[in-house]
Amino acid sequence: MDTLVILIPVALAASALALAAFLWSLRAGQYEDLEGAAGRILYDDEKPKR
Amino acid sequence: MAPFDALVDRPAAATGACAHCAAPAPAGARFCCAGCEGAYETVRGLGLEAFYARRVGPGFRPDPVALAHDFAGRTRVDADGACTLHLMIDGLTCAACVWLVESLYARETDVIDARANLTTGRLTLRWTGAPARADALVALAARVGFRLVPFDPTCLAQTGDAEERDLLRATGVAGFAAGNVMMLSVAIWVGVDMGAATKDLLHWVSALIGLPCIFYAGLPFYRSAWRALSARRLDMDVPIAVGITMTAAMSLSETIRGGPYAYFDAALTLLFFLLAGRYLDRRARGRARASAAHLLALRAAPVTVIDADGRPRAVPADAVAPGDIVAVATGERIGIDGTVLAGAGEVDASLVTGESVPQRVAAGDRVYAGMLNLGAPLRVSARATGEGTLLAEIARLVEAAESGRARFVALAERVTRLYTPVVHVTALGAFLGWYFLAGAPWQIALLHCVATLIVTCPCALGLAVPAVQTIASGRLLRGGILLKNATALERLAQIDTIVFDKTGTLTRGAPALIADPARDAEDLRFAAGLAATSKHPLARALARAVPDVAVALDAVEHPGLGLSCGPARLGSRAFVGVGNAGPADGPELWLDRGDGRKLRFGFRDETRADAEDTLQRLLDEGYAIELLSGDRTETVAALAAELGIVEWRAETDPAAKAARLAELARMGRKVLMVGDGLNDAPALAAAHASLSPADGADVAQVSADAVFQGAGLAAVGELLDTARRARALIRQNIAFSIAYNALAVPAAVLGQVTPPLAAFLMSSSSIAVVVNSMRLGRRRWIRS
Repeated sequence: MDTLVILIPVALAASALALAAFLWSLRAGQYEDLEGAAGRILYDDEKPKR
Repeated sequence: MAPFDALVDRPAAATGACAHCAAPAPAGARFCCAGCEGAYETVRGLGLEAFYARRVGPGFRPDPVALAHDFAGRTRVDADGACTLHLMIDGLTCAACVWLVESLYARETDVIDARANLTTGRLTLRWTGAPARADALVALAARVGFRLVPFDPTCLAQTGDAEERDLLRATGVAGFAAGNVMMLSVAIWVGVDMGAATKDLLHWVSALIGLPCIFYAGLPFYRSAWRALSARRLDMDVPIAVGITMTAAMSLSETIRGGPYAYFDAALTLLFFLLAGRYLDRRARGRARASAAHLLALRAAPVTVIDADGRPRAVPADAVAPGDIVAVATGERIGIDGTVLAGAGEVDASLVTGESVPQRVAAGDRVYAGMLNLGAPLRVSARATGEGTLLAEIARLVEAAESGRARFVALAERVTRLYTPVVHVTALGAFLGWYFLAGAPWQIALLHCVATLIVTCPCALGLAVPAVQTIASGRLLRGGILLKNATALERLAQIDTIVFDKTGTLTRGAPALIADPARDAEDLRFAAGLAATSKHPLARALARAVPDVAVALDAVEHPGLGLSCGPARLGSRAFVGVGNAGPADGPELWLDRGDGRKLRFGFRDETRADAEDTLQRLLDEGYAIELLSGDRTETVAALAAELGIVEWRAETDPAAKAARLAELARMGRKVLMVGDGLNDAPALAAAHASLSPADGADVAQVSADAVFQGAGLAAVGELLDTARRARALIRQNIAFSIAYNALAVPAAVLGQVTPPLAAFLMSSSSIAVVVNSMRLGRRRWIRS
């Protein structure tokens, strides 16, 4: 019982963090161009200035 | 589509590929044309030639007749002084293209941000300075071969995007809660020696996570169920909303009174699967709709309006006011309906009437949007698009024809109409049976009633159709077929008769040189060299026939007449000075090299290369085939004989086409109409299902269920195949869901379904349906 009092909040906090990350990435528009993003990582050598 | 033309127009005889667009290049040359050479130099000059090694898609060629748009006028200036321009971009086929476009703009010092979206084919440009920079910036990408068109993001499917995102967010929340509650539930199911207090604590924690998430993630279903009920209808969302609410309420009461079971995990898993299905469904539809809008926007050519002070101004076709004077250059498509004010010549009306021989027009004649000007530049006075115009007539016919299709009821909906009452009656029966017959206390009877509602909740059924549709539309999209209508696949699977239009559908809809064995090869090369300097459709067709020709740079174009180069002349009869050579039986050009010999080059609308094979295959598969054309009887008869079509009708007007479709429907036939012209639009709307090529008229594409790209007709067979496979898979999925219910319902009614069993049954049935649907994507294209 004592362990549960610690473990349940820990587990919940961890998954709440994952949910927050998901909601953030959704808001940041990361799901709007899945195909483009998949290829984009291949070409980082010529990253333009700015 | 420009990038595809680059690959199909040129004969395979030429050796070597163009270093820029990958189209066949003349022997020994690195480039297919001067435009590609310039583009290659631009890319190399910027040090971006790595692009050529990285790209995977087809090449794209700079288009000499690129369309001028008012880019600066569409630029929005933000509060901080930065300019933003949204563009549709054509030619963006792979990640290397994205990289090339973004790198091109990254080198401009005033550009803040350039972001290309490969999925939607859009480009957003942001820069500091004046909006007038827009034209120069757009020209940068246009020089390399991309075609850009401005668009307004606010009017394009924005509502759909927001709804899709809401669904994805709800799916995420449901997934988060389902995972956590399941973790606690498994502990309860496994922990047989768990103390009552611990179990109650776990139930309470489950309730604390579950209830708010059930409420939030369930909102889309509550809203939809409410809409259905207030319209006095029953749809799938009604049993879902009732089932979820009762499950949550019962689980809460069990938690409060310290009962053995709570079903929070079941309610959340259910929501998660249902939302996933709904999201897939919405995304497939949104994608199809966005692609269709994309196609139309790219084709929306601006119209040149002559202002009162005589200055030309490019405006979108829908912004032309009645009475405006519009200039139509040689070889340009007329963008509006109107009356010719000045100029005379020939127009190609094949997209409007299906007639393949050019029509003569003179001042006072009416012309319609979609006609191609083959003669001298025209001045056209725009007419009001009120009653009595051709477009209004077509729109009325389309509207009348469409009402029939609205009666179609999708399979999923028919299943739901039966399903909902059966489920609710069964659950009620379980309650009454346990309470009255078995004499159980009402809480226990209600528990069994709710268990029945949970296991029958249409989780697999909710995924059965969208999972297949998502995979089918993705597969068709890769093959260049865009589905525009959600029920189109189902209707396509029922087709037994295919009706084709002639011009632009069975034929290419563009003139091609008729080969003549008596013609001297040297004369042909000379004529092609002259023709290569012109944008006239016939001249371009002539130049296409001899791709590796040296361009006659000193040629002079006489608009509406022809070309001259020293004493040599290429052009119309009058221009070349041909006396009487008999009536013209099609579009033609004449050549006089200055030696008095008059040579004729005849053109005709070529049959699509794979038309014969495709028709034969469709006949073999048992489809009945008909030809319905607005063209003259002789032309249609000749084509029907060539392709072996027995059933054909010529000289049919739009109303007659629609009437024939209605007649076929009365005979009980399920007809697929394939057509591209304005005159086909009513027939497309009247057919059970319809298909239009991507280079057809706007109205035809709007009326059609699906649009196909590319030069071939094989898309027709592929579409029908995929539709039939999809129908088979949907039926298997639905049969599986029903079989699963037939097992689970008696168990639930008898009170044998515990939460772990319910969780297992629901998850396994949903996964089985999804895996079964994925079989559609794995199969290879059989007609590539």
